[in-house]
Amino acid sequence: MEEYFIEIKDLCKTFHNKKESVQVLKGINLEVKKGEIYGIVGFSGAGKSTLVRCINRLEEPDSGTVRIGDQMITSLGKKELDVQRSKIGMIFQQFNLFDSMTVYENIAYPLKIKGWKKEAIRARIDELLELVSLTDKKNAYPGELSGGQKQRVGIARALANEPDVLLSDEATSALDPQTTISVLDLIREINEKLGLTIILITHELEVIRYTCHRVAVMENGELLEKGSVEEIFENPQCETARNFINVYNKMRSAGPDRRSELI
Amino acid sequence: MSLYKFSFWEVLAHSFSEEVWSQVLPALGETMYMVVISSVFVLLFGVILGLVVVLTGREGLYPCAPLHAVLGAIINCFRSLPQVIIIIVMLPVARLLLGQSYGSNACIISLIASCVPLFARLVESSLLEIDKGKLEAAKAMGSGNFRILFRIMLPETLPSLIRSFTNAVVIVISMTALAGNFGAGGIGYIAVTFGYTRYQHDLLFATIIVLIIIVQLVQLVGDTLSKIILKKRHLI
Ligand SMILES: Nc1ncnc2c1ncn2[C@@H]1O[C@H](COP(=O)(O)OP(=O)(O)OP(=O)(O)O)[C@@H](O)[C@H]1O
Ligand SMILES: [Mg+2]
Repeated sequence: MEEYFIEIKDLCKTFHNKKESVQVLKGINLEVKKGEIYGIVGFSGAGKSTLVRCINRLEEPDSGTVRIGDQMITSLGKKELDVQRSKIGMIFQQFNLFDSMTVYENIAYPLKIKGWKKEAIRARIDELLELVSLTDKKNAYPGELSGGQKQRVGIARALANEPDVLLSDEATSALDPQTTISVLDLIREINEKLGLTIILITHELEVIRYTCHRVAVMENGELLEKGSVEEIFENPQCETARNFINVYNKMRSAGPDRRSELI
Repeated sequence: MSLYKFSFWEVLAHSFSEEVWSQVLPALGETMYMVVISSVFVLLFGVILGLVVVLTGREGLYPCAPLHAVLGAIINCFRSLPQVIIIIVMLPVARLLLGQSYGSNACIISLIASCVPLFARLVESSLLEIDKGKLEAAKAMGSGNFRILFRIMLPETLPSLIRSFTNAVVIVISMTALAGNFGAGGIGYIAVTFGYTRYQHDLLFATIIVLIIIVQLVQLVGDTLSKIILKKRHLI
C-alpha cells in the first residue's frame, strides 16, 4: 500500500462567471498520512473551501486527481461516488443540520441511506450520542440547540457510517472560544479513538496549533508552504505564513491595555 | 331589500334573515364544491409543476435548461392574463373536455388553468428558500436525489409551502366568485344577479359576509398549521 492515505495531485479548478474566469485552485498537491489531522490555513478567498469540496466532489475539479485509500475519487461514476461519500464525513461552519428532523433523525439519515435496520440504527446512534455527549438531546430539534451542540450533532452525523476521513470546513468559526475548544477536543478525541484521518480548514492559527499535526498554508489557489505545526510556527518561510504568525503573536502578547496600541 | 328604499341597518339586519339564507346557503354549497375540487387539483399540479421547475433549474438536482425555460414561459403566459380573460379563454376548452361550457365543472377547469401556474410559482419560491448547505450536506453523505427531494427539500420547506397553498386557496375563492358571472353559479352568481342587477342588497351583504368568513377560516387554518410545525421545530 502507498505511504499516504490521501493523495491530491495537480488539482485545478476554475470558476467561470459571465465576464471573467477565476482560477481558484492552481495545481494543488497534498499528501496526508493515515490518522493525521492536517490543517489548511489561509485568508478568506484563498480557495480552502473549494479544495475540500473537491475532495468529495461537491465541486468537480477541472483536472488533477484525488485518491483516498485505494479509491481514485476523481474517476468514480455517480453511483460509486455516492458509495464512497458515505466513507467521507463532512462538517460545516453553518452545521447544515436538517431542521425538520430531530437529533436522532439527523444522525439516522446517513444510516438510512445505507439501508441500516432500525435496531442497528438505534444502537449506533446511542453510541454516537454518547461519544459527542448529547444523550439527553436525542429527541430535540436542532432549533433548540446551541451552536456547540449543533456542531456535535453534525460531527455525530458525519461519523455515523464509520468514515475513514473527516473533512472540516471552518467547523468552529461560528462558535465562541470556549465552545470552539470543546469541539476541537472532540475532534482530537475521535482522531485518537477512531484513528480517523482529518482535514481541517480554518483561518484561525490557534485552531491549527491546538489540533493539527501538520499544516499547509494556502494563498491564492496555491499551497505555499507545508510542514509540521512546530516548523511553521517557529520558522515560517512564505510571506503569508509570516503574516499569519505575526498577527497571531501580536494578539497573544498584547497586554491588557492593547487598545491604546491599536487605536 | 334595496339600500335605495331602506336604511343600511335595516338591510344589514335583513341579510341575516331566513329568506336570504335560504338562497345563499345552496349557493355556498356550490361555491365550496368548486373551491374544494379546484384546490385539490391546484395543490397536486402546482406542487408537481413547481417542483419540476426547481429541479430542472441551473442549480437544481436535474438541471435541464430547455425544459426549465419552456415551463417558465408557459407559466408566465398564463400568469400574464387577467382572471376574467382566462375564464373566457377556457370556456371552449371546458366544452371540449366536459361537453359543456357552463356549470361548476366548467368553472373548475378555468380555476385550475389560472391558479396552478400561480401556485407553481409560489411553490418554486418556497423551495428555493431552502439553505443550499443542507442539500450539500445530504449530497456529501451520498444521498440520492430522490431522498433529498422527499426527505429534505419538501419537509424542510413544509411551513412555507403551507403558507403558499393558503394564499393560493384564497385566490381560488375570489376567482370562484368571479366565475359566478360566467355560468358557474355559487356565491358570485348571487352577488351579481341579485345584488347588482336587482338591487337586493341584503343578498349582496350576505354574500360578502360569507366570503369574508370563508377566507378568514382558510387563512386561520393555514397560519395555524404552519405555526404548529415551526413551533415543533423550535424555529419560532
Ligand atoms: N461557485 C462559485 N462560483 C464562482 N466563484 C466561486 C465559487 N465558489 C467560490 N468562488 C470563488 O473562489 C474563491 C475561493 O473561494 P473559497 O470559498 O474556496 O475560499 P475560502 O478560502 O474558503 O474562503 P473563506 O475563508 O472566506 O471561506 C473566491 O474568490 C470565491 O469568490
Ligand atoms: Mg471557505
